[in-house]
Amino acid sequence: MILSSEEWGIVTLSLQVSLVAVGLMLPVAFAMAWMLARLRFPGKLLVDALVHLPLVVPPVVTGWLLLLLFGANGPIGRLFEQALGISFMFRWTGAALASAIMAMPLMVRAMRLSIEGIDRRLESAAETLGAGRWRVFLTISLPLALPGVLAGLVLGFARSIGEFGATITFVSDVPGETRTLPIAIYSALQLPGGEMAVTRLAIISILLSLGALVASEALARRANGGRTNHVL
Amino acid sequence: MSFDLSIDHAVGDRRIRLDCRTQAGLVALFGPSGAGKTSILNMVAGIMTPDRGRIVVGGETLFDSETGVDIPPARRRAGYVFQDGRLFPHMRVRANLLYGRHAQAPMALEAVLDVLGIGHLLDRWPATLSGGEAQRVAIGRALLSGPRFLLLDEPLSSLDPARRDEIMPVIERLKQELAMPILYVSHDRAEVERLADQVIAL
Repeated sequence: MILSSEEWGIVTLSLQVSLVAVGLMLPVAFAMAWMLARLRFPGKLLVDALVHLPLVVPPVVTGWLLLLLFGANGPIGRLFEQALGISFMFRWTGAALASAIMAMPLMVRAMRLSIEGIDRRLESAAETLGAGRWRVFLTISLPLALPGVLAGLVLGFARSIGEFGATITFVSDVPGETRTLPIAIYSALQLPGGEMAVTRLAIISILLSLGALVASEALARRANGGRTNHVL
Repeated sequence: MSFDLSIDHAVGDRRIRLDCRTQAGLVALFGPSGAGKTSILNMVAGIMTPDRGRIVVGGETLFDSETGVDIPPARRRAGYVFQDGRLFPHMRVRANLLYGRHAQAPMALEAVLDVLGIGHLLDRWPATLSGGEAQRVAIGRALLSGPRFLLLDEPLSSLDPARRDEIMPVIERLKQELAMPILYVSHDRAEVERLADQVIAL
């Protein structure tokens, strides 16, 4: 199957949006997962609920909330515009932001589970062997949580590449800026005689997701030194 | 003074108390399970904090609730051999042994491999080791971390009799050759009678 230049544009835009979203969300999600798994602090229940909000609220509502907060007149949106010169409206950056927010709960959940699964007695053992906090974190906690981190990445990427509702609500359908695969499929469906385009885009979408899954399994196997350890 | 311990700690409604000052080389904490023996080792290692008391080993104060001294576990230089081994599952035996490598280790890697008979295990994953092998690797790992004293928590209990007879002389050798204070936890009377210079019943 040879892609037209327009289809290539959609695929690369989708990849760009998803990779940026997952890449930027990774440290944030890990920090939140660590906080929720390990720390006790007032308001923890609230933080937990907020993190899960995009999972339970209709995506359209999430998109609308993003519009209120990060839009041209939104308090955070204005801050970004003034301080960093980054605008989200009708831009791919907005699509990436929406994807990141939608991917967040899945990423945090996967990572939190694996952090909670770390045998803390191994961390104490490392301490008695002379390892300070950072060394324990880098050599014991992080490697033991790695399967969950990878699972979080895969789930987050899958969620991002399929993201539709929040994105179209927040940044609309702008060809070349916010028209990612799902949005392109939806717009093609609206046009008479668009069946062929829809079929091609749908196949691309399936192949992309399968590819990501296979790649992550291979990565997990390598990270575990040949021992099988499934990501999902 | 090898061990100067005075510990008062409450876990739920159970009270762990210990007062001992001793010069003995190998001190055994002897008593039924649930008496708090492992908790005491954890407090000496620094991974558990007593409510009140003082922990001095080999003349160095590791903890004193009155003066506020509480050396973090990473700087106590305890050679702690846990009952369950606690080898790092994501590292091969070699990486496990070298994890806490310290310039002032009492024995070099070759000597440790030789004494414990674990030279052939270096490239294995911990999950593939038998209980006896894992325990010997755990002892090796503790020795290579340059400990000032050893904490041995029922190092023989997970082993079958043949393995026990193998490790027992190793511990006796360590005691004689290293001249290092050893706190040894056990609930086995014969083991304690054979190894200990002093027995503290809990």
